[in-house]
Amino acid sequence: MLQMFLRRLFLGAITVAIVSMIIFAGVEILPGDACTAFLEREAQGRVLENCREELDLNRPAVVRYLDWASDALRGDLGVSANGQRSIAEMVGARLQNSLLLAACALIVGVPTAIFLGVVSGLWRDRPVDLVLSTGAIFAMTIPEFVSATVLILVFSVWLGWLPGIVLTSANAPASEFFPEIILPVVVLAMVMTAHILRTVRSSVIEVMNSDYVQMATLKGVPYWRMVFRHALPNALLPAINVVALTIAWLLGGVVVIEVVFNYPGLGRMMIDAISDRDLPVVQAIALIVATVYVGVNLTADLLTMVANPRLRTLYTRK
Amino acid sequence: MSLASIPQNSRLGRTLSVLRDVMSRPSGAVGLCLVVFHLILAVISPYIAPFDYRTMNAAMMLTGPDGVHFLGTDHLGRDVFSRTIQGGREAILVTGIATPIAVAWGGMVGIFFGLIGGRVDEVMMRFVDAFLSLPWILKMLVLIVTFGTGIEVLIPTLAFFYGIPVIRIARAATHDVVARDFVAAARARGQSRMTIMRKELLPNVLDALMVEGAMRWSWMLLAFSSLSFLGFGVSPPTPDWGLMIADARGFMSFAPWGVLGPVIALSTLIIGINLTADALAKALGIDRAQKAPV
Repeated sequence: MLQMFLRRLFLGAITVAIVSMIIFAGVEILPGDACTAFLEREAQGRVLENCREELDLNRPAVVRYLDWASDALRGDLGVSANGQRSIAEMVGARLQNSLLLAACALIVGVPTAIFLGVVSGLWRDRPVDLVLSTGAIFAMTIPEFVSATVLILVFSVWLGWLPGIVLTSANAPASEFFPEIILPVVVLAMVMTAHILRTVRSSVIEVMNSDYVQMATLKGVPYWRMVFRHALPNALLPAINVVALTIAWLLGGVVVIEVVFNYPGLGRMMIDAISDRDLPVVQAIALIVATVYVGVNLTADLLTMVANPRLRTLYTRK
Repeated sequence: MSLASIPQNSRLGRTLSVLRDVMSRPSGAVGLCLVVFHLILAVISPYIAPFDYRTMNAAMMLTGPDGVHFLGTDHLGRDVFSRTIQGGREAILVTGIATPIAVAWGGMVGIFFGLIGGRVDEVMMRFVDAFLSLPWILKMLVLIVTFGTGIEVLIPTLAFFYGIPVIRIARAATHDVVARDFVAAARARGQSRMTIMRKELLPNVLDALMVEGAMRWSWMLLAFSSLSFLGFGVSPPTPDWGLMIADARGFMSFAPWGVLGPVIALSTLIIGINLTADALAKALGIDRAQKAPV
């Protein structure tokens, strides 16, 4: 068991290491470097040479990668190309805001999704299920910017209930983001709910058809007692992994939402950095997001393993 | 049983029966109709559009829907209806070319690693995992900002990035069949890897790839229109739904028709593809419900 744990942990660390190499290599391969981006097109000859000298760009790529990676391990993400500001400082507030958005969406989305998923699984193919399943397809397939636009149109423009755009500055305390944060949270929660709901639904259906539940029914266990005591604990296990995937998606894929609502999070910072060709910032954000993604998935895998003895032995046999 | 052993005409028969199965499900029928409608519209829209999508009219800015301009005009006085019906052409063209390429290369690589297995396979999957842990928009934007936003950049970029998750699907599907007797028999016959891949594995993985392809198409459309929306996709004045929504958003409070046209068009196409993919998965007996939201 402990060995299994360590093995997964090791694999996760390897994945992060590979990601950091891909990120670094990707930025290396692209034409142009921090100096050409900073000095624009007129950069030539001595000016360019001096800049490269100053930023240590003349050393071999491997050496610079090792420097960058070991600095990142110690929490030093370097300085941005144009502002000469510490990236760790710039990213800090933005990351907090993105985490706030993600946390709110999770608090709203996960319980809703599990409840609705169980309902539509238990009443499979009944009107409730048809409505929920169709709604889920709509919610998860329509692009986020489309549903966001429609929600702004209805709740902000026509009804005037909620602000349609976030005007709070990036460094404001969390409490100041209400009520502006409500609409972005609703859009995110909708997509999340749809994904989790579908998984929960199919796993509830599977468990309810399984032999041991049939057995319990035959033995005369009351329906609701059977559902809560016997079926749901098993049926909700796969939800852990989907929730993990949606958390990862929340942190990386909310870029569009942050742009639509003008929300000062990590995603919008990423877009700005890419447009400005601020490569050190892009690298740093990519590394953060990828690490979170790997970490969250790893946690989910370990949780599932702890919670499900059958999976545990299955993994060991492999 | 390997499908390749069935003669050609019965493969056509199977395609037809799968199609019939898809059509017999309500979601499949509705989805397929929506997709076919959009495909036809994409082809004929330049001929039936009442106005040129570029013609601006300073006297007719942001006017509401009426008998001449069915969906009103936008902030430059262009006809929203004409732009809406043509707004999917670029998206469908780009994703329509990129999807088969993505499925083909991802499928090939996935089948190959599923077949050879072992250390190499394990290492490659770490790379795939690492790649998937980066948000798609970051990967795409970096390339687009560097190389420009033309079709010739978008198609290879989309085809490349959306082929990577296909590797995983194809590999997993291959793993399910690679240990079976007919593959062992082919190995015993001394057939080459290429032949085993093509004749024994591909026919068995094809169903999963088809469903995956349909899903990839809808993800790609989503990515394409999101990029347009963010200003990194189609360049004006070419009509595109994502771009139109981005443009019209600012005037939403007094001219909502500029947003509603493209919103409905884009949503119906993406929902159509997803409903079709769903019905296709059920018709082919592939469970998609556990799939990741990436």
